[in-house]
Formats: sequence, C-alpha cells, structure tokens
Amino acid sequence: MGDEAPHSGTETEADFAGIQGSERFQELKKRHRSFVFPVLALALLWYFAYVLLAGYAPEFMATPVFGSVNVGLLIGLAQVATTFIVTMVYVAYANRRLDPLAEEIREGVTGEVR
Amino acid sequence: METTVGDPLLNIAIFGGFVLVTMIIVFRASRNNKTAADYYAAGRSFSGPQNGTAIAGDYLSAASFLGICGAIALTGYDGFLYSIGFLVAWLVALLLVAELLRNTGRFTMADVLSFRLKQRPVRIAAATTTLVVCFFYLLAQMAGAGGLVSLLLGIPDKVGQSVVIAVVGALMIVYVLVGGMKGTTWVQIIKAFLLIVGAGVMSIWVLAIHGFNLSTLLDHAVATAGTTDILAPGMKYGVSDISRIDFLSLGLALVLGTAALPHVLMRFYTVPTAKEARRSVVWAIWLIGIFYVFTLVLGYGAAALIGPEVIAAAPGGANSAAPLLAFELGGPILLGLISAIAFATILAVVAGLTITAAASFAHDIYASVIKKGKAEAGTEVKVARRTVVVIGIVAILGGIAANGQNVAFLVALAFAVAAAANLPTIVYSLFWKRFNTRGALWSMYTGLISSIVLIALSPVVSGGPTAMIPAADFDVFPLSNPGIVSIPLAFLVGWIATLTQRTPEDPAKQSEMEVRSLTGIGAEGATQH
Repeated sequence: MGDEAPHSGTETEADFAGIQGSERFQELKKRHRSFVFPVLALALLWYFAYVLLAGYAPEFMATPVFGSVNVGLLIGLAQVATTFIVTMVYVAYANRRLDPLAEEIREGVTGEVR
Repeated sequence: METTVGDPLLNIAIFGGFVLVTMIIVFRASRNNKTAADYYAAGRSFSGPQNGTAIAGDYLSAASFLGICGAIALTGYDGFLYSIGFLVAWLVALLLVAELLRNTGRFTMADVLSFRLKQRPVRIAAATTTLVVCFFYLLAQMAGAGGLVSLLLGIPDKVGQSVVIAVVGALMIVYVLVGGMKGTTWVQIIKAFLLIVGAGVMSIWVLAIHGFNLSTLLDHAVATAGTTDILAPGMKYGVSDISRIDFLSLGLALVLGTAALPHVLMRFYTVPTAKEARRSVVWAIWLIGIFYVFTLVLGYGAAALIGPEVIAAAPGGANSAAPLLAFELGGPILLGLISAIAFATILAVVAGLTITAAASFAHDIYASVIKKGKAEAGTEVKVARRTVVVIGIVAILGGIAANGQNVAFLVALAFAVAAAANLPTIVYSLFWKRFNTRGALWSMYTGLISSIVLIALSPVVSGGPTAMIPAADFDVFPLSNPGIVSIPLAFLVGWIATLTQRTPEDPAKQSEMEVRSLTGIGAEGATQH
C-alpha cells in the first residue's frame, strides 16, 4: 500500500490502546478539553462581538469616553488585554493540572524522565 | 513627494550592514546542519523564549509593520481591526494546536494530518495547501519589498523596482540554502528584536510629542486628516451592507488563519518539547500584542504628523506611512534604520516561508510519496535545497507581478486560504475520533479550491480601477475576502464526507495519535551536537 507512517526513529513500543483506555488518560483528556473548548469559545465570542459592533454599530463605537478616546478604541485595547489574560490563565492551568498528569502517564510507559 | 525620502546611499549602507552581520551569524549557526532534523527543525534545539521571538519575527511581517501602520493612517480605526484579529488568533494556536502538534509531528503540517489517515493522498493534499498558502504569503512580502524600494532608493520605475525585488529574492535564497532552519531562526530573532525596539522607540517619540496623552494624539490626527471619521470604525468597511459582510469575512479569516499557517506551525518543531512549544506561543503573544499597540500609536502618529493625503500620494502608497513617519521624527538616519528593519523583516519572513515550502515538498512529496518513505536522509535535504531555488525564482516573478498591492490585504488572503484549507482538517484530526481520509481530502480540497475560485471572481482581481486586471470584468463574487463562505464550507464538507465513508480508519493509529498528542510519548527530542 505504501501507506505506512514514516515515523521511523521515534517508534516507542507502547500499548497505546491500553493507555487510551486508562482512567488517568481519560482524566487528562477531560481536563484538557473541559478547559480548552469553553475558554476558546468565550474568547471567540468576545472577538466576534467586537467585530460585529465595529461593523454594525459604529456610532456606539464612536462614543467618546475621555477626550477623543472612544468606546471602540477601549474595546480594541480590551481585546489585547483579554488575550494576555487568557494566555496567562491557560499556562497556569496547564502547569498545574495537565503537565503533572501527562508526565505520570509518560513515566508509566517508558520509564524515561525528560 | 516626487522622488525619494532621505539619502538612498545611507539607506543602502545600513541595509548592507544588516545583511552582512546576519550572513555571518547564519554561516556560523549552520555549520552543524547535517540531518533533515537539523535542516528543517534546527535540531529541535531552540528554547521557548528564543522560538517565541522567532515566531513573532515570522508573524510580524511587512504586512504588520508597513501594512497596518498605513491602514491606520489612511482608514483609521478599520486598520486597527487587522491588529486585533491577528492577535486574538493566537489563542486558537495556543489552546488547540501548538502543543498537540508538537507532540505528534516531525517536520511538517502533513506529518500530523496524515498520522492516522492514508498517507499518500493526505500528504499530497496537505503539501499542496502548504505550497499555495506559502505562495500567497510570499506574494505579499515581495509586493511590500517593491513598495518600500520605490520610496527609499529613489527607484520610481517598475523595471528598477523589479531588479531590487530580484536582489531581495536572491539574498533570501542564499540565507535559506546556507542556514537552513537554524540560520533562518536566528535571522528572525534578530529582526524581531530590532523591529519591536524600533517600533517602540518611535511610539514613545510620537507620544512624547503629544505630551504622552493619547487623546491629544488623536485630536492632532483628526486635525491633520480633516475628519473625525478616522477615530470610529467604518471608513473602509462601513460603506454598504456588502462591505460590512466583507469585514466580517476578513475578521473570520484573520482569527482562524493563524493556527493553520504552515510556516507558523513548522516553528513548533524547532523546540525540544511540547512545554517549550507552549512557552514559545506565550512569548509570541506578548511580543505581538505589545507590537500591535505600538502600530496603533504609529498609525495615528503618521496620520497626525504627515497626513493621510500625503501618505496616499507618496510612492509606495499606504505602505510608506511608517518610513515617512520615521523620516519626520528622526530624519534620514532614523529613516535608514527603520527601512533597513523593514527590509530585514521582508527578507526574514520570505526565508521562513521558503524553508517551509521547501520542507513540505522535499519531506511530504519527495521522501514520503515519490520515494515511499525510503529516501536517504541526505537526498531529502538535497531536494529541499533545490526546491528553495525554484521557490525563490517563483517568488521573485510573483512579487514583480503583485508589486503595488496593499500588503496587509494580500496577507489576509493567505490567511483565508489557510483557514479554509487547513484548519478544519487540523481540528478534526486532533479532536474527532471518527474523522477519516475521505473527510480530510474533501475538506482540504474544498477549502483550497473554493477560496481560490472566490478570490479569482472577486473585485480584487477584476472589475475596478484598483483591481489586478483593471481592464477585465468578471467580479461575480462581491466580497474581497472569501473566508465567510470558504471556511464554514470546508468544515461542513469535511464533516459530511467523513460520515459517508463506510470503512473506518485504523483504530490503533487513532489511539496512538491521541495518546501521543496529549502526553508527548515518543515525541522526538532535541538532537545533540
């Protein structure tokens, strides 16, 4: 067939189906997805709210807040701020909740510590 | 603004200095390039912060610097919207793609997409989309080079500009041939540093002139532009219902395109672990976010101190806003420095794109499909090097043809093609157990073909004075960005096609991919030298 994966050199003979079925792995998968999906959905919702406001409510975006700085500019800068916040929260979550579990599973299989 | 700004000789001298220094670094960095992992992935030896800076270097292309500054100076707030889309997009890369991809692939996007599907057809499809996206992106960079040259070196005629585009292309070929991924990465790091520092200094300068008061700067911009419209959204995209939908389409393409750009994805393989891949994205997000705040200041600064009319009339048009502002602030020396940085930006990004495209051809098409995974490592790198030369020549010709188009806009097209052709398959294969070969192929080809056909039928290509072919008139599709149609379509088709394939894929491969992607078991680490 010629359809074999050319992943030579990195083969680790591990029981992947067994790991996949294990409780630990399912827990890791759950932790990953239950954070990543809702957080990304919220971030994209907030972004598209911004895009739609800019497209369809330019008068609202033009409302001055202080001096010539208007609502639109502040919401734009708020997008930058929320991107930074989501990034930091995710890193904290991954360090605390994902990495230790992934490492446990890895060590259980290969006995190697990286 | 008839001829040049500043001193062409000084500009060339500063630029030449940059090329010389980076060449030496590239040469020194590349002495250990032996294997494919060295050439494509820099031996996986970069740290997170180093790679994050290089990602920022790759991402903050001429489009970001010249294009966004110009767009803000001319169309005000609507230019700012580009920055926000370009930045928020990184959350998709951080949360969904970066780490899982690092854990499952080796060199290219196709490694991941074909992991648990049929190798040959999926690899061919993924390599095709990679090459097309790189081509669009290359066009944008080369067009930026042309515009910049016309302003800086006092070369107003198209023939002279074409010669300079050819010189830029030739330099880029040398960087990539000699340096491989390691050399290219070092060029990106140096350039990202210079670009961010340069933009930061100019931003502080602009703010200082206006008493560090953003409101005063905006007032000044309004006074020079003669309209308050530049502060609110709508100057470019608020004209009609069609243009509003076009804007939404652009927003969608920007936010979903980043995580599907092959040259960005390839950067995740230059680090030793998934954790370092995460750190690189975090660094990239900080650097890119801060830079976009600078471009906001620079764009309005250019509007205030130079004025939209002067910028639009200058050689290079909108793309000349940042260099003109540099001249206004610091005279010929600052202009020379900033233009050298902008040149370096183009050179470095073009090099990054070229190595991605070459790796994709040599690794996916040559080694995996033609040689069925049995090519000797040495010949694969040899093929990659030859591909670099071919791509370089294609980029030069394309750049000469696209000379004069707005670069931020051209890049947005590359984002649309990437988001439609690649993202559905990346997301499905990482997160959807049932996803299969049929779904991948249909999704990728639908996304690719629909985007390209819609661009060809859009007002960008024909039917107006600013179109690429002004004389012709076949702009059936009203939007200039195809994202809003092609991205959902590719997701939908991928889903339907998956459900209609009767034979399931190998479940063992699915288990392996899922376990590897989340835990990092079996991921290739750093090579020792």
